[in-house]
Amino acid sequence: MCADPSTLEGLNWWLCYLTTVKHMNLYTSVFTVLLLLAIVTPCILALGFGGAVAKRSALMPVRWVGMGYTSMVRGVPDIVFFMFVPIALDQVFEMIRHKVLCSDVTDPIWQGNDFVVCDIAKLPLNAAPQWQHDAYGFILAVIAFAIVFGAFAANVIDGALKAVPKGQLEAGEAVGMTKRQIFTRIHAPQMWRYALPGLSNLWMILLKATPLLFLLGIEDVVYWARELGGAKTSRFAYPHTDWRLGYFLALLVFYLFLTWISEKVFDRLKLRFGAGVAI
Amino acid sequence: MSCAEAFSNYAFRSLGYGERILPKADITLCEQIALIGSGMIWNVYFTVLALIAGFSFATLIALGKASSNPLASIPAKTFIFVFRGSPLFIQFFLFYEAFVLIPKVAGDIDLGFVQLTVETRWFTRAWLGALIVMFLNTSAYSAEIFYGALRNVPKGDLEAADAIGMNASQKFRRVTWPTMLRLAWPSYTNEAIFMGHATTLVFLSGFPAWRQAGDALYYAQYLAEKTFNPFVAYPIVAAFFIVFTLIIIGGFGAMNKRLNRHMAPEARGKLKLSLNVIR
Repeated sequence: MCADPSTLEGLNWWLCYLTTVKHMNLYTSVFTVLLLLAIVTPCILALGFGGAVAKRSALMPVRWVGMGYTSMVRGVPDIVFFMFVPIALDQVFEMIRHKVLCSDVTDPIWQGNDFVVCDIAKLPLNAAPQWQHDAYGFILAVIAFAIVFGAFAANVIDGALKAVPKGQLEAGEAVGMTKRQIFTRIHAPQMWRYALPGLSNLWMILLKATPLLFLLGIEDVVYWARELGGAKTSRFAYPHTDWRLGYFLALLVFYLFLTWISEKVFDRLKLRFGAGVAI
Repeated sequence: MSCAEAFSNYAFRSLGYGERILPKADITLCEQIALIGSGMIWNVYFTVLALIAGFSFATLIALGKASSNPLASIPAKTFIFVFRGSPLFIQFFLFYEAFVLIPKVAGDIDLGFVQLTVETRWFTRAWLGALIVMFLNTSAYSAEIFYGALRNVPKGDLEAADAIGMNASQKFRRVTWPTMLRLAWPSYTNEAIFMGHATTLVFLSGFPAWRQAGDALYYAQYLAEKTFNPFVAYPIVAAFFIVFTLIIIGGFGAMNKRLNRHMAPEARGKLKLSLNVIR
């Protein structure tokens, strides 16, 4: 049916138009967003938990790391980190590989306005297939997201750890538990209930940060919306005027839908975690 | 180039003064600081104007949401949901595309003493277009904060106002509104901080930086690209933003003190970063 688009009209035109290869790319890029969320969420929780625990450590250097990590997102815009972390990591990785793999090259790496590493130190290698370049970019983006939102989560979990009633911990001491036991059996399990409102907030923020993938050069929903929405002349199979407004409207609705679903899920969770607790 | 020269060339570059061409080679530290600092002017501009304009609108929306009249509460709720539930990044794109579609006309506004030529083309420029988006966005977030505070105004205070015979407008101006503000202030401070941070998105989204006049992150990105070294430009932006954040906290902290001046010290709301409000 879609072989000759110029003969199509009405509903058929739309059906064919919305199932072109490029539109399929748009739909799969929705899965890129969901994939990012799936990979990055456990990392965020782990980093957040680690950061919050480090902040309470008895060792001073560890405590400083934790405090630095939790406070870094307070004063500096998260977007700055999103721009900085991937490119900085890329350079650090390449520099390390350069030092290891090309130890015979003595030229400085930063030469004036250039960053020069030997060819075999490049990440990924110049000859690598395109999917490796894409995957590398995506991994760097995941790390950037994990670091930034891990810092936010560390703030939330730190607050939740402080919110657990003192009496609970004292009761643990009274029955002769060690510090470690108190933490793993009383403090950490009870903390989640206090952390839930903050974490649900964080989830919403994370959802709304996913279009920033576009800034990291990943072909995400924003990229395809711009690409597909731009005016197409009659040289194209499906000519249309500038429809970017429509595409962005669709994205807006998509994100509102995600937010709405999440709100419902978190309302449920709140009931569950709050069960058996006096308000 | 000396440091003084760098500052005279670039300290107001973001407003279109000074050297027209951005530094290209042998970029000195002073040039980077001057250029990024000049970009901060835009971040401050967007933050301050959007906050001031958004404040009264947010109060109005919050009252609308709290109203028992569905004609007021439903539009207010929808407004808040749409702007809080979708990414600011997408909102920028969407509004930019919408503003582009406005027919290009210029008109004169007679203010009596001066004639102003107004162009609809201004909507597609960041100084007006992005400001409108930020204004709507911060209004929605602040409205939700104010709404929460409005519901927490102690019943006794309102009854006392009724008892001494205040009419509705007196009650609002002297009891409800000041109490709401006092309760909302710590969260509102957060909103101001993160709103300031979010201004870095303006030039990364749809709005073009006209004649390379952009904000701090725009220049930082430019410099990192030119020097191939992210480890100088990005820390400079970070430092500028830390200072900016501290100034906001200082200003809002002073206001917080004033709003709480009649309260017993232990009952005063403390300013503390929570993550209720970032985008």
